[in-house]
Amino acid sequence: MSNGIRFNGLRTRRFYAWLQAIKVSYFKRLTVAASGFIQVYDMTSFLTFPQGGVHPPESKQMTSQLAIEEMGAPAELEIILGQHIGAPCTPTVALRDEVKEGDLIGEVVKGLGVPLHAPVAGKVKAFGASAHPMRVTAPSITIVTDLQAAPVRYTPGDWSGLSSEELLKKVHGAGVVGIGGAGFPSHVKLNPPADNPVDKLILNGAECEPYITADHRQMLEHSAEIVEGAKVILKILGIRDCHIGIEANKPDAIKVMSQAAAAASTPEFNIMVNPLKVKYPQGSEKQLIQSITGRKVPGFALPSAVGVVVHNVSTTKAIYDAVVLGKPLYEKIVTISGKGIKRPANLRVKVGTKLSDIVAHLGGVTPQLAKIIMGGPMMGFAVSSLDIPVTKTTSSVLFLAEDEIDANPHSQCIRCGWCLEACPMGLEPKEIAIHVEAGRPEDTGKFGVFECFECGCCAYVCPAKRPLVQFIRLAKMKAKR
Amino acid sequence: MGLWKVSISPHVRSNESVEKIMWTVVACLVPPLVLSVFIFGIQTLIITAVSVASCVAAEVLSQKALGRRVTVKDGSAVITGMLLAFVIPPGVNYLLPVLGAVMAIYIGKHLLGGIGYNIFNPALLARAFLLATFPVAMTSAWLPPLSDMAIFSYLGTGIDAVSTATPLALLKEQGMAAVIEQFGAIPNIYTTFLLGWRPGCIGETSGLLIVLGGLYLLYRGYITWHIPASVLASIALLTWIFGGEAYLTGDPLLAILSGGALLGAFFMANDYVTCPTNKTAQLVYGVGVGALTVLIRLKGGYPEGICYAILLMNPVSAVLDNWFKPKRFAPVAGGAK
Repeated sequence: MSNGIRFNGLRTRRFYAWLQAIKVSYFKRLTVAASGFIQVYDMTSFLTFPQGGVHPPESKQMTSQLAIEEMGAPAELEIILGQHIGAPCTPTVALRDEVKEGDLIGEVVKGLGVPLHAPVAGKVKAFGASAHPMRVTAPSITIVTDLQAAPVRYTPGDWSGLSSEELLKKVHGAGVVGIGGAGFPSHVKLNPPADNPVDKLILNGAECEPYITADHRQMLEHSAEIVEGAKVILKILGIRDCHIGIEANKPDAIKVMSQAAAAASTPEFNIMVNPLKVKYPQGSEKQLIQSITGRKVPGFALPSAVGVVVHNVSTTKAIYDAVVLGKPLYEKIVTISGKGIKRPANLRVKVGTKLSDIVAHLGGVTPQLAKIIMGGPMMGFAVSSLDIPVTKTTSSVLFLAEDEIDANPHSQCIRCGWCLEACPMGLEPKEIAIHVEAGRPEDTGKFGVFECFECGCCAYVCPAKRPLVQFIRLAKMKAKR
Repeated sequence: MGLWKVSISPHVRSNESVEKIMWTVVACLVPPLVLSVFIFGIQTLIITAVSVASCVAAEVLSQKALGRRVTVKDGSAVITGMLLAFVIPPGVNYLLPVLGAVMAIYIGKHLLGGIGYNIFNPALLARAFLLATFPVAMTSAWLPPLSDMAIFSYLGTGIDAVSTATPLALLKEQGMAAVIEQFGAIPNIYTTFLLGWRPGCIGETSGLLIVLGGLYLLYRGYITWHIPASVLASIALLTWIFGGEAYLTGDPLLAILSGGALLGAFFMANDYVTCPTNKTAQLVYGVGVGALTVLIRLKGGYPEGICYAILLMNPVSAVLDNWFKPKRFAPVAGGAK
């Protein structure tokens, strides 16, 4: 049964929903009649969100078949103190201190945050500033790697006896943050407000951004660990149901994860895989929740408002590492892809590894390189320096050639309305942009500028190549909520 | 290692562009133009060439005069030129499309802010202007279809000598009997009108080719069904109800096939700039265009009404867009806006 029908069934009392239901039932009949028409058929066979979305070229074939490769520690690491949203860490080590792999090196004194750990054994060389994609520079700890030190081996422990609070403490202590996006500290997400009872855990394996295959490889190679991590989360939340949402362009991951989920499911833990339609931004939290449960998270609310907690599959693996292995989060699977790098790869790198070290490890860049992006091509940040270190939230670094990017100049809005159809939040990007251009950014609140999560669908489809996300960011700075 | 580009996300873009859209529309307008040469002679090609050349020149000169970037390559002026030629009688003086181009491009488009900011459809604005200033030529310079493929026959001869009336004018002035007398029995009328063998503007001739062009734009995703369907459905329905001797005896098919209904529905009413952007608003707008068209055809002073109907609905677009907002993903928590 398609998700659209289920959702509409919930609101049958309203006239609008009634209209929609008629539309959907006709649509369903039509699709049955034209089952040969694959694309339409896809819409009913996989779960998806109904409103907006785009289909950028997936470009994942460059790295999707490449197994995760250990990069090893570079000679020197720069670990940024503010790895994610929330408060930055304060160093707990002094200059020239010797640290071992996994040692605590930073802690949050005040505010929301998680501790920071040494990715390698070595010596603290400096407290300085590192290049940063958004903040230009950011305070960091430089550690010189002891290349002779043997890597630490972690062995799985038994966690079944631990209480919810003890598990939560382990997750916090290991410095786990959301790996997929902004890096929200995981222990906060695992401790939803008491007035919002949670009944579903969703693991985000959609990986809807083009190029990136880090979660894909993670699911293929660590399916058992992810499912075990899911059990840890279910236990912390005290619930039973876990849905793993995976876009249908990863059939191998769907198969492997389904097997792992079936093997791990018990009366106590009900873990299942939901194949999702390939549509960007399927991996966006609100869209994913709607695709799988039909529930809509209200504007400015957290997923727990509709009884759901969402974690990325790689974050779940990190939670497994933290709880079962006792290993803090100091390594990242990073997809390095694009025509601008000699050898694309899925690398396991230490947090703090500079992009220049990665480039050197992969044989350098190609002459076609035109743009370097940290993150995906739809929401990532273009960077101008290879001195930037990898953080806990880096999921990919793309080295794109001229023919992979679009640098056409933009022209006036022709009001085609494509951005309205592409917007998954039902906003009016064209109006926001026109108001910003006209010097009236403060009037854009009514077009929903603060509900925009900058997925970039509007700018992707814009035939006039207007930088709509840039206009929206400008509007957000000036408009009042 | 060199310098790299930096910009705000997204870093990938679809391969659609304004140029691609506009030139595709131009391509969709070429088949009716080619057919019109065989119906009315080479005259139509010359009128279209004059119109397009004047629009392109007007665009370049306007943008230079106003100190803006010259964007003539995007093809929008070419579309305006073609549409302008499509909505004036094929037997008019060559000066008319030149004047029309100045009205459409300089006053109707660039003085209002250039592409994307004009309130009225430039080609139709120019047609309304020409109709007001040259009423005789604009209502009588029709050419009867050629019977012998002698495409050069109207050149050089006095065009006035061969003027004829369009089906809608005939219907308005002399009734259905006169239409049947000139164009044959009803089933014949449908075929001739669909194929285009009847007097009228270039854009009024072949309903079939206009619809095929429109369907191609639909297939490419450049237009949606909302405006064409609502315009044509409301014209058909209202003509059926009010268009005959008694209620419910009008001929809906004739109403759609005659006049500029098809061209208006597929190429003019849904002009991106001047129509609403929200789909619900587009349906309301389309019904408005259809209703006004039928009102003017049946009760107004002109035989054809879609031009004025679209021009009257154009300024309402912004209001409709304000009334019918896209459906937000979910209400904001706490009810605050």
